[in-house]
Amino acid sequence: MSTQVPETQETEESEAETETESVPVAQQQRQQRKTERRERVAERERERTEEEAASDESRYHLKVFRYDPEVEGKQEPRFDEFHVPYHKGMTVLDALIYARDHFDSSLTFRHSCRQAICGSDAMFVNGSQRLCCKTQLSDLEQPVRVEPLPYQEVVKDLVVDMEHFYDQMEAVEPYFQTNDLPDGELEEQRQTRENREKVKMSTRCIWCGACMSSCNIAAGDNEYLGPAAINKAYRFAMDEREGSDMKEHRMRILEQEHGVWRCQTQFSCTEVCPKDIPLTAHIQELKREAVKNNLKFW
Amino acid sequence: MYEHDVIVVGAGGAGLRAAIAAQEEGADVAIVSKLHPVRSHTGAAEGGINAALRDGDSWEDHAYDTMKGSDYLGDAPAIETLCQDSPKETIQLEHWGMAFSRDDDGRVSQRPFGGLSFPRTTYAGAETGHQLLHTMYEQLVKRGIKVYDEWYVLNLAVSDEEVPEDRTCHGIVAYDIQSGEVSGFRARNGVILATGGPGQVYDHTTNAVANTGDGVAMAYRAGVPMEDMEFIQFHPTTLPSTGVLITEGVRGEGGILYNENGERLMFEYGYANNAGELASRDVVSRAELTEINAGRGIDDEYVHLDMRHLGEERIIDRLENIVHLSEDFEGVDPLEEPMPVKPGQHYAMGGVETDENGETCITGLYAAGECACASVHGSNRLGGNALPELIVFGRRAGAHAAGKDLGTAEITTGKRGEWEAGEVDTPVAPGAVRGTDEDAVADGGKAPDGGAVAATGDEIVTRAVDAENRRIDRLMTKEDGVQHAEIRSEVQKSMTRHVNVFREKDGLKQALRDLREARERYTDVYVNDPSRTYNTDLIQTIETRNILDLAEAITLGALARNEFRGAHWRKEHQERDDENWLKHTMLSWNDGSPELWYKPVILEGEEKTYEPKIRSY
Repeated sequence: MSTQVPETQETEESEAETETESVPVAQQQRQQRKTERRERVAERERERTEEEAASDESRYHLKVFRYDPEVEGKQEPRFDEFHVPYHKGMTVLDALIYARDHFDSSLTFRHSCRQAICGSDAMFVNGSQRLCCKTQLSDLEQPVRVEPLPYQEVVKDLVVDMEHFYDQMEAVEPYFQTNDLPDGELEEQRQTRENREKVKMSTRCIWCGACMSSCNIAAGDNEYLGPAAINKAYRFAMDEREGSDMKEHRMRILEQEHGVWRCQTQFSCTEVCPKDIPLTAHIQELKREAVKNNLKFW
Repeated sequence: MYEHDVIVVGAGGAGLRAAIAAQEEGADVAIVSKLHPVRSHTGAAEGGINAALRDGDSWEDHAYDTMKGSDYLGDAPAIETLCQDSPKETIQLEHWGMAFSRDDDGRVSQRPFGGLSFPRTTYAGAETGHQLLHTMYEQLVKRGIKVYDEWYVLNLAVSDEEVPEDRTCHGIVAYDIQSGEVSGFRARNGVILATGGPGQVYDHTTNAVANTGDGVAMAYRAGVPMEDMEFIQFHPTTLPSTGVLITEGVRGEGGILYNENGERLMFEYGYANNAGELASRDVVSRAELTEINAGRGIDDEYVHLDMRHLGEERIIDRLENIVHLSEDFEGVDPLEEPMPVKPGQHYAMGGVETDENGETCITGLYAAGECACASVHGSNRLGGNALPELIVFGRRAGAHAAGKDLGTAEITTGKRGEWEAGEVDTPVAPGAVRGTDEDAVADGGKAPDGGAVAATGDEIVTRAVDAENRRIDRLMTKEDGVQHAEIRSEVQKSMTRHVNVFREKDGLKQALRDLREARERYTDVYVNDPSRTYNTDLIQTIETRNILDLAEAITLGALARNEFRGAHWRKEHQERDDENWLKHTMLSWNDGSPELWYKPVILEGEEKTYEPKIRSY
């Protein structure tokens, strides 16, 4: 990173500076600050070179899953090892990018925003589902094992097919429905602060698929809606703007055989959710709603 | 070949809104996007949506603030359209169920934002973009709009008349990332570009890795001028190590910027004696860097943004996301200590030249959102004006492409109205490096080897598909050469060093030399991964070409503009020069030799004319 230094109004002091006394105090201070700054920059520069010299020792060891149905030599799944130079604050995603850009440009994984909002880079890191961009290398045991999300079909390397996840999401009518919109196009629906607070956590889902991939039930039952889709349904079912008729309609979707009752409260989804959504709690709340609605359950 | 009435390229806020609008007009519409819609970078927008909704506020005030913020380089018809449509569009989002933050009376909350004369920024915590993107994608699912997700659009299929204004866009060529299939997409009515910003031109950016300016580059090579490319917004508060955005909402809610000495710098050194931290972004970014350069930065790299005094309750209620971002990406708990922040590339004011209906000078080609330039933001965008831009102009482009009559646009596109030739003294020739078919495929579907001119839309699409297949084959069969990552990183380094917040002539010239070198190296680029399955190596190689075109346009415009306006600060020119520079920078590709020209700014609004004034906050 370089910061540009546009020259300030004053000219650089020449070596032959003799009239220090007549220079105003502010200017002297400025000068002193500049000198100090130059020294600090030089100091950091020295540190940096030392760091680089020592970088051989500070490498992180990664074992990364590789598979490509098309390329000979990669058709049998295998692990490749990468030794990536470490810097403070480095994430698993940074390490993967480094490995791809410096060692093997065919290393393939999804990523985009780098800040835990697009949900592209959920992977299986040291045995748990995590967002790579949010996972610090320093928190992990070496070698760091990076694998695609379990229970999903692998397309290539760390990329999995997300279609099933999207299908489950779409099965719960994941969109706002109400029969009671205000007439005016400038008139908003009212929603209490408490009600928004209630649905707030559920709206934070980024569709990364970590929860679905961590769920034993989803692994064994392809029709199970799964934590993400049920949470999406919760987001609307609990939103007071939809009205009670719609809530009933949503409950009917949720209390079917492969809906909320499949959940065995293992909390694995809650544990891996990178957005800290209380998924299991939401599912339990919907179960209670279903009972309250006096409906049979399997 | 796939066929639809309207094809939207990109699935962020503008793309989704355009698709919904086109469908509402009865068109058969499809979205083609290299990312699944919920992965779009609109999701990372934090701050809010400006809309004049309340008593005491008016669209006219919003327009005045926007024009002032633009440093009088915005076009009044576009600005007024934005401010008139924004309230309706914002409430439309609420009607679709968006989870806005609420006031005690249950109405949508609004907060103060930089450069605004009224607290008119509606928001959903500090994750407004995420809520907006998901709300709109929900509507897409509800309506059953077709999305070709993870299809990378390689090029536009445009007829090749002599002048761009006579050309027609008949569709696009796209590459299915999962299978490697290249296919034509015929658009019967129109193609809408909604591909977002070019943040990857820089190495310290808030933008996603996917933000490579693809739509702008494709339109440029098809003959649409790029407008005002030199105006790049550097957001004053990004995390130093990653470029992750810390919303202006922090300052909107009362956050304070301090230098190393604990001085409240915005007031202490007179950068903005009235608005302080809530001056517009260009002013605050320059203030921070001036502090850092004067030796008053912390570690000589950043300043402090402190919000502890707001209290935990208010922070969690309105800015919770910021607490997570600061902890996760900088290891700083902002409830306990101030956050380190420094300016980072955030937004491009310039882009594909359009009118206020989203139409470009090529028939059937539209652009909306950050990739477009109408121009709403002129030389500096106000915080909270990007999200309304997406929904207002996304809707307009979508409806117009589907055949809705929006009335005659007041902004002229292409060289149809008043324009003047520009001149810039460059150390090296800009534009195409002769002898690569890279540039030949990018000139509107010309017949190879001087063959017959394609007659029908289908033929033009087919021909564009053939050209893209040739390009991919060449990249894939090349055995050895340079890798895209190397070129991309050189470009990013040079741009970050020379074409940043502060710009000077020699640095800009150096950047042009570096870019020339990068272009020459790009002729030797090759794709190492032989696979047709999910080949990101290939996609990034093609993106890098787009980055090159945009980086050069930004630098050329910056070198030519001898004044200081908005986000464009020039060491040699410390004054705004309305007499000579109240005009838009236009750059046309012209088959590979960029042509610089200018068109006047429109300051005449519906009711009044905006008079350029001295801009202070």
